[in-house]
Amino acid sequence: MELPAQTFRVTRADLVQYAGASGDFNPIHWSDRVATTVGLPGVIAHGMFTMALVGRAITGWAGAPDAVVDYGVRFTRPVVVPDDDQGTEIEVTARVREVTEDGLTRLDVTATCGGEKVLSQARATIRTTR
Amino acid sequence: MPLDPSFTGRTYPPTAPYQVGREKIREFATAIGATDPAHHDPAAAQALGHPDVVAPPTFPFVITMAASRQIIEDPELGVDYSRVVHGDQRFAYTRPVVAGDELVCTNTIEDVSTRGGHGFLTTRTDVSTVGGEPVVAVWAKYVVRGEA
Repeated sequence: MELPAQTFRVTRADLVQYAGASGDFNPIHWSDRVATTVGLPGVIAHGMFTMALVGRAITGWAGAPDAVVDYGVRFTRPVVVPDDDQGTEIEVTARVREVTEDGLTRLDVTATCGGEKVLSQARATIRTTR
Repeated sequence: MPLDPSFTGRTYPPTAPYQVGREKIREFATAIGATDPAHHDPAAAQALGHPDVVAPPTFPFVITMAASRQIIEDPELGVDYSRVVHGDQRFAYTRPVVAGDELVCTNTIEDVSTRGGHGFLTTRTDVSTVGGEPVVAVWAKYVVRGEA
């Protein structure tokens, strides 16, 4: 079963706010000068910010903010965030892989940006009964 | 410099307790756009059976990232942090983190290897309360890019 797609817009302002809230001030997430020096096309989103947005999609599908019991991803491609008001967009979809007898649902999650997968092996287990 | 594979299995002493604040959870939830009232309103969290506001699923990384400096900055292991790329991340929760938790992190190096000139480091951080109650196990894989 496919779950309804969810999209998340990401701007430079979001990255600055996430840097402050998370304590991750790596300049590749706010300085084009530093990002291009290390070979990136420009400022990229924190992988953990992408993972957090995908986490919102997962709790959204679960219908509960405290339903996630296991959540893992591999970061495969950076999310480049241009310095404009539109930023970029991450689209998240998921397929139900398994529903267990003890009330757990296992999801295979896909996250794309500009049509390219930015995560692989993204999986979550959510508790679907309280 | 290749990473020393003999560090596999090494466990570090528990970190100093991290006090999870209600405003920190609200700040983090706001930064990721998580508007569910249980992240912001203690009464909404209590209605779900939690003592105080509930942290979003990836919040524990705020704590484990700081704790993992124990490993990344271990001079004996010798990781060049400027070459570190975050490869994988996983959380396995016993329960969600909530405001008021006092959490300690116990870091273990699960794997250290060098392949194709790159270093690979897998860490596991067991996050528990100061009373010893397990809360979440957190795995991270890092790639230490080799010199070009």
